[in-house]
Amino acid sequence: MSPVERFQTAAGVAAAVATGERSARSVLDEHLARIDEREGEIHAFNHLLADEARARADEIDARIAAGEDVGPLAGVPVALKDNLCTRGIPTTCSSKILDGWRPPYDATVVTRLRDAGAVVIGKTNLDEFAMGSSTENSAFGATRNPLDTSRVPGGSSGGSAAAVAAGFAPISLGSDTGGSIRQPAALCGVVGAKPTYGRASRYGLIAFASSLDQIGPFARTVEDAALLMEVVGGHDPLDATSIPEPFPDLRGTLGRGVEGLRIGLVEELLGGEGGFQPEVQARTREAADALEAAGAKVDVVSVPASTYGLSAYYLIAPAEASSNLARFDGVRFGLRDERATMGETYDATRTAGFGAEVKRRIMLGTYALSSGYYDAYYGKAQRVRTMIIDDFDAAYERFDVLLSPSSPCVAFPLGDKTADPLTMYLNDVCTIPSSLAGHPAMSVPFGTGAEGLPVGIQVMAPALGEEQMFRVAAALEAAAPGGAR
Amino acid sequence: MTATETSFTELPHGYRLVVGLEVHVELHTATKLFCGCPNQFGDDPNTNVCPVCLGLPGSMPVLNAQAMELAMRLGRALHCEVRPSVFARKNYFYPDMPKDYQVSQYDQPTNVDGHLDLPDGTRIGIERAHIEEDTGKSTHVGGANSSSKGRIHDAAYSLVDYNRCGVPLVEIVSRPDFRTAEQAKAYVNELRAILVATGVSDAKMEEGSLRVDANVSVHQPDTPFGTRCEIKNINSVRSLGRAIEYEALRQVDLLEAGERVIQQTRHWNEDEGRTHMLRSKEEAEDYRYFPEPDLVPMVPDPARIEAIDAALPRLPAERRAALAEAAGRTLPDESVTIVVDRGLDELALDAVAAGADADRTLTHLQHDLDPGHAANVPAAHLAQLVELETSGALTASQAKQVVAEMGETGKAPEAIAAERGFEAMDTSELEGIVDEAIAANGGAWEKYCAGEQKAQGAIVGHVMKATRGQADGKLVSQLLEQRRSA
Repeated sequence: MSPVERFQTAAGVAAAVATGERSARSVLDEHLARIDEREGEIHAFNHLLADEARARADEIDARIAAGEDVGPLAGVPVALKDNLCTRGIPTTCSSKILDGWRPPYDATVVTRLRDAGAVVIGKTNLDEFAMGSSTENSAFGATRNPLDTSRVPGGSSGGSAAAVAAGFAPISLGSDTGGSIRQPAALCGVVGAKPTYGRASRYGLIAFASSLDQIGPFARTVEDAALLMEVVGGHDPLDATSIPEPFPDLRGTLGRGVEGLRIGLVEELLGGEGGFQPEVQARTREAADALEAAGAKVDVVSVPASTYGLSAYYLIAPAEASSNLARFDGVRFGLRDERATMGETYDATRTAGFGAEVKRRIMLGTYALSSGYYDAYYGKAQRVRTMIIDDFDAAYERFDVLLSPSSPCVAFPLGDKTADPLTMYLNDVCTIPSSLAGHPAMSVPFGTGAEGLPVGIQVMAPALGEEQMFRVAAALEAAAPGGAR
Repeated sequence: MTATETSFTELPHGYRLVVGLEVHVELHTATKLFCGCPNQFGDDPNTNVCPVCLGLPGSMPVLNAQAMELAMRLGRALHCEVRPSVFARKNYFYPDMPKDYQVSQYDQPTNVDGHLDLPDGTRIGIERAHIEEDTGKSTHVGGANSSSKGRIHDAAYSLVDYNRCGVPLVEIVSRPDFRTAEQAKAYVNELRAILVATGVSDAKMEEGSLRVDANVSVHQPDTPFGTRCEIKNINSVRSLGRAIEYEALRQVDLLEAGERVIQQTRHWNEDEGRTHMLRSKEEAEDYRYFPEPDLVPMVPDPARIEAIDAALPRLPAERRAALAEAAGRTLPDESVTIVVDRGLDELALDAVAAGADADRTLTHLQHDLDPGHAANVPAAHLAQLVELETSGALTASQAKQVVAEMGETGKAPEAIAAERGFEAMDTSELEGIVDEAIAANGGAWEKYCAGEQKAQGAIVGHVMKATRGQADGKLVSQLLEQRRSA
């Protein structure tokens, strides 16, 4: 039985709790029982908030008993990636450098979840500061894939993906900079979506690469992902890059089918030159066929500059990170390794507080921005970014959505790719181009690959194209081969 | 000094001075540049702070529209082009800068290519006037080495007040157009007047809301500019002049001793009257500027700029030109400048328009009327007073007293003159008093006749005392002169 069949959906929970058919507390206890059973082997959470969640569930039940409408996520347990600020609750980014810090404020998405009646159940593990594709770069130990605990859940939002796959929560929030939602969603066999840049407020998301970071949902169904996206999305005056438009009604579009939609298979992201698992390539072609059978027009399209995506990304993201992570200096919060002078204190604190991958990216980014190298590295990467946007624009003149695998491979064993950072970086080859373009993209499970592990198909759309993206995702979900997961 | 003369500071060995100024101005906004905390000086440390200005993880900046508006207003007042602009991050580590980067404008500033005309007519080019956030304020405490008191080196510990963090600043960068220290001082005074007139800043150097750094170099005429040094920690207009002069002489001494001037940042020590090296260019940080991804580019709306232009108050240079013209001068002179500085130029223009003699009007407004009392003096009263003086009904010193009382009481000049019993003294009466004064001050008279002009002071004083100040000083001098040459 698949996780979708075994566990209740968020939409189902919210409906049952709102009508009093079930109590928020009983829903929560059921999830806490599953956590109790499997968290020891999976390690999805950095902080489980069982007591806080129980108090919150009881409060929701009391408000419902009093006749209140508590919102579209009434009593739904939600897990939060541990780079989202939660007031009074440790927020670590899975880094030692934030040791002891409790934010004095909530991220905007957290406020919106609470306003929608959700119950925050815990803070999930991630690659330190969201830098990684396996959740092995965590100061608190790796998260394991619930489908095969010898394997990684993907990353960097591995804890949030695993929590949903394991039935610890029906839905969770992650953040996606170069694929950190879509790739773990694919590896864990769940739905994961990154909205258009600016659709979800970043206020309270601890920045990795500000021009790329977006918050998005994990869920076991496309409908739940749409529901969570609707709750957290929309304009926020606290984020200057937030798009000043209301978020569309996604759930209303899910049943509309794909009849007449033009769907392009991105030639450069199909792994023609190798490096992609054949089963992943096969499922991608089958997904295209399934959409064609459902009435869409499918063709192959070229997005030439997307092949430079990885190189451009690994200059732009580290450059921004090198600046974003400067503030972790031991002066005002978190870890402080005090030494005789200010400079020595900075050095000692940052040496002790950051892990190897974070240090590597700070060094890369510092170099890319240095006087004399800026134009050759950061400047050129930004020009490539513009080329990718132009190539996508040309493709979207002929197609409504684009299709590719979400990841070149299924979940891989722990330790398999930790020796060589470049091998790990290649995991993001399919997801990075839409990140650089700021476009929405999501991963939907579609059948299995090697070892019977899930394969994710990436659906990409132009800026503000979430509606057609979710329509295609719903069609893929409906057509997905049985026995997956 | 006028624009037609090329004026430059006389330095030893024929060197000439070249100075450019960087002026940081705190904008007079209700809240900080990127958050809602009050922009207020003098509150208890670390009370006007929030996650944004403390740079807490996850916080994000939102641009203050009022700050943008004031920055554009200043740009237009300095005749700058207001252009599409982009914020950038200037990256360096320092405890009073919580994000360890400063949000500033780099290659795309809001205001470029303006100018400011000094009262003497010299035009100073403005390269740019860009927006940035202020840092916090560090206080370095303790430490064994007394010569580094108040400096971070050797301090036992440091305290940081983040109230100032995120306060909106505009940095106004001049071109290296100053040739004298006096011009630099005049520029700061003029800029301050513009800032206050436009409501952009309260521009108080003593509270740090206006801070001046000077780039100083020297060179020989007809040779390229010399290597410059940047002087920081200048706390007053007077210090600015002293610091520039000290630094110029230091550089001349170096060059004359066969040494080079090394580009560096130097600290002005007010007590010692010297500059000290802070850091050399070799030690300068690489700031790794890049566009701030948390903010979007700003594109000024042409209609907004037009509205700003339309709402700009008349600026000091324009007011000086108008007054100079009304007073029949080809260029503003000192009296015009002072009357405009005192904010009495409207009154002067109205009085002159009502027929008053311009020179006498300016003299009274320059010296005799308290600017705080201007509202009590209608232009018609001032014109009447000047007329009484011109016609000889009042002496200059009587007129002076009447003007002051007009300000204090709002009464008409004739009424005041009558109350005080002022009548023009008849010359024959005055001649008698002058003769008495000569007789009573024989020694002074002899010296005066021997050509010692100063000696007349005692005799004039006697006359004034005898007439209770009602004698016309100019006439007394004339009578003495007549008697001496007789």
